[in-house]
Amino acid sequence: MADNIIRIENVTKQFAGGVKAVDNANFNIERGEFFSLLGPSGCGKTTLLRMIAGFEFPTNGEIYIDGQPSALIPSYKRPTNMVFQSYAIFPHLNVFDNIAYGLRKDRLSNRELTRRVNEALEMIKLTGFGSRRGDQLSGGQRQRVALARALIKRPKVLLLDEPLGALDKKLREEMQIELRQLQREVGITFVFVTHDQEEALSMSDRIAVMGKGVVLQIAGPKDLYEAPNSVEVASFIGNINLIDATVRAINGGEATLEGPGFGQFKAPAIDGLKAGQKITAAIRPEKLSLTASRPSGTHVEGTIKASAYLGDRSHFHVHIKGRETPLSVAAQNVDRAMTTGFDPARAVYVSWDPRSLILLKS
Amino acid sequence: MTASSAPGFADRLRAFYLRSDAAKGYALLSPVMITMVVLLAAPLVMLILYSFWTQSGLSVDTTLTTARYQEVLGKQSYHDIFWRTIGTSSLVTLVTVGLAYPMAYYVAFGVKKYKFVWLILLTIPFWTSYLLRAFSWKVILGFNGVINSGLISAGLITEPLEFLLYNQSAVVITLAHAYAAFAILPIYVSLEKIDRTLLEAAADLGDSAWARFWRITFPLSLPGVLGAAVLIFVPTTGDYVTPQLVGGPTGQMIAYSIQVLFLKINDWPLGAALAMSAMAAVGILVVLFVTAMQLAVRQIR
Amino acid sequence: MTKPIRAAKRMGDPGGLLGLFAIAYLLFLYIPVLFLPVFSFNDSIFVAFPLKGFTTKWYEQAFADDDMLRALTASLQVGAVASIVATILGLLGAKAVTRYQMPGQSLVTGTIMLPLFIPEIILGIALLILINALSIPLSLFSIAIGHIMLCTPFAMAVLTSRLDGFDKSLEEASMDLGETPWMTFWRVTFPLVLPGIVSSMLLSFIVSFDEFLLSFFLQGQQPTLPVFIWSQLRFPNKLPSVLALGAVILIVSCLLVVLAEWVRQLGTDERKVGVA
Repeated sequence: MADNIIRIENVTKQFAGGVKAVDNANFNIERGEFFSLLGPSGCGKTTLLRMIAGFEFPTNGEIYIDGQPSALIPSYKRPTNMVFQSYAIFPHLNVFDNIAYGLRKDRLSNRELTRRVNEALEMIKLTGFGSRRGDQLSGGQRQRVALARALIKRPKVLLLDEPLGALDKKLREEMQIELRQLQREVGITFVFVTHDQEEALSMSDRIAVMGKGVVLQIAGPKDLYEAPNSVEVASFIGNINLIDATVRAINGGEATLEGPGFGQFKAPAIDGLKAGQKITAAIRPEKLSLTASRPSGTHVEGTIKASAYLGDRSHFHVHIKGRETPLSVAAQNVDRAMTTGFDPARAVYVSWDPRSLILLKS
Repeated sequence: MTASSAPGFADRLRAFYLRSDAAKGYALLSPVMITMVVLLAAPLVMLILYSFWTQSGLSVDTTLTTARYQEVLGKQSYHDIFWRTIGTSSLVTLVTVGLAYPMAYYVAFGVKKYKFVWLILLTIPFWTSYLLRAFSWKVILGFNGVINSGLISAGLITEPLEFLLYNQSAVVITLAHAYAAFAILPIYVSLEKIDRTLLEAAADLGDSAWARFWRITFPLSLPGVLGAAVLIFVPTTGDYVTPQLVGGPTGQMIAYSIQVLFLKINDWPLGAALAMSAMAAVGILVVLFVTAMQLAVRQIR
Repeated sequence: MTKPIRAAKRMGDPGGLLGLFAIAYLLFLYIPVLFLPVFSFNDSIFVAFPLKGFTTKWYEQAFADDDMLRALTASLQVGAVASIVATILGLLGAKAVTRYQMPGQSLVTGTIMLPLFIPEIILGIALLILINALSIPLSLFSIAIGHIMLCTPFAMAVLTSRLDGFDKSLEEASMDLGETPWMTFWRVTFPLVLPGIVSSMLLSFIVSFDEFLLSFFLQGQQPTLPVFIWSQLRFPNKLPSVLALGAVILIVSCLLVVLAEWVRQLGTDERKVGVA
């Protein structure tokens, strides 16, 4: 058995009015990992986090924290600490007292207390800010004070509720790197809630993707992107083209399919595939290539409907005869003259490596 | 915490408490709830009970009867004083709301800076002693009062004006002054809430300033106006101090009759029946009034 | 050309005429009350123009009256009890309605606010019936019971508006950092709500101190100050000292109201930090 710091067993949370915020969640979080809960707003990820913290209690099921069932443990007795979305910096206390808040009841000597708070201030690079009040800090500084205040308690699990959501893009990217570094240094398990897929992909060891209260898939960032297990996950993480297809034949590890606009094409088979079955084939925009002349490999013909120039890359919508939604194609602008050949209404060829296709049961 | 496989009752109770927002909320709410049930709801229920009982000597006969109500309804003097009360309160409501609306409008739309100073200035009288404010009107309107003596010493009149005090208009003036803050605050709040871009949209669609007021501002401020009207009308129907101080024989209101029955004649059941009939009638009138106003405003297109 | 811009800027602006009305309205509110202090210094037994001369003897007379001083003490006692109890009840209630979602919540808050909508005469007789049924002797205690009922909705309203928008994650953060709900209250909630508590106590005190009718119905041997003043109004020769007393009460309550409002404003900026 892996060393699980948190075990979530059959956890359901139903709010008054019958809405199931979390529906039968079952998974473990390993000690020392950076674990993210990812999903659109209202998917239940924050409720799940708040149940781990002890602010909400499951309607059914049990959450084990470090082996202990938590149903009867109030938040103030749990070995977890939280960084709140609003940071919840106490407005009537200065930075020092905010960070020291959780230590006061430990009856430390004054010297020990000061030492530990100063150490924390140093860690978050706010040495000398101890006497500032909360309203004199920038968003990034407040976020770091909230972090220090939680970490100084040396929790077994640090819970972070969209801690970067209020920051602007540049600061957010800096904090992502800092947070990840910090987590490696302190070795504490981080449970991180976010709706930003790029953030989750770049920071996490593992990610749980949630939708409408249900945990859809738990995997590492690369697997989640390259091998999503469902249409929901595939379309929530990044962009993807979906092709409704019918299985025509299975030949070892390779399936032959047929879909509107695509005719017959091949894709890596998945378990339990049967001939005649309806299935969704999916392919990421960057795994399609666009050429003006007919390529040698698998391809379809189409016309460019729209294009967007994004600097480092360009996006194209390519209309394929017999298919309703256009194909989304992303091309890196490796050549300065790259896009000049692809004007709207121009006939083009879209080609791909059959191994890039993913088959998804719906 | 507890490792036992079958959680005890205390644990289950604890789990329920931790889990239930409603339980925690009601636990906190219970002291004030119990206080208000004991000090407000229970006495009101007992008041209703009393109105169906009978006073016999020093004790009360608790056989239920509607005789007290028949007595109240059968007595012309109660009818007279009730309708005078309604008339006075209606006038007070009309005057107070009529004066307060432009005032509230000015603070909501006209005042740019120091709005809160205006609001405090308008609410201070509300917190100061109502008895003393009614008393100052007695001093002002009296036979030898401020107005009469002032006018005489200015040489404008030779004899004191007698119509100033001890009549209905003195009651109306005093109450309108006393209840000013009750009217201004609700109206102000409803005006302040109005999204200013609605007025811009109306102007954009071709409405003049008056049309904008009549078609947008006024209908949207109606909840505040109705709230203010109810907040003035209902309490003033039960006012005791002002009619006593400045009302004279023609300015008396129903609270006086109730007070006499309770504290002087000691016929509590009859007093309770009178109070309950008056309250019921006032309640019906308020519902009719509010409904009528809402229907009327719905005609504005 | 500038007209459309001005029209847009001054949307709904009533213009100068209404400003004049507003000033007249303020005069209507304040001048009648100002006659009390003016005539309290007038050296004449009659409250009439022309003013005769300046004197402070009515104040001396008013404050030399033992009955008055006893009534004042009674009012202070009742006011202290009523404002403290009402504020504690209001704080718990306000906390409950702003923090938790409860079924039947609007019914409960409606009941608590009901005294504001019921004529005082009804409250007076209903409480008299209750006090009688419970065999409580009419006294300052029975008056205090009535005042608690009357002050609670005010306390609840002041504290609800104070607690509304209170970032509940502040309390959660405290519990998360290891403090019990009780210590969380003292270390986080109480300091942040303190201005509201002070404001609620001041306003409840004023409401109780000025209350006449309930005290009138529930009084025993010892009257409160407003009941004492009421009894003095029958004697024309007592009028000037009542004016003096009234002037003092008015000025003190004005100061208390301004203080209460100031305290209430005081904390609101600070509180927003937690939400921002």
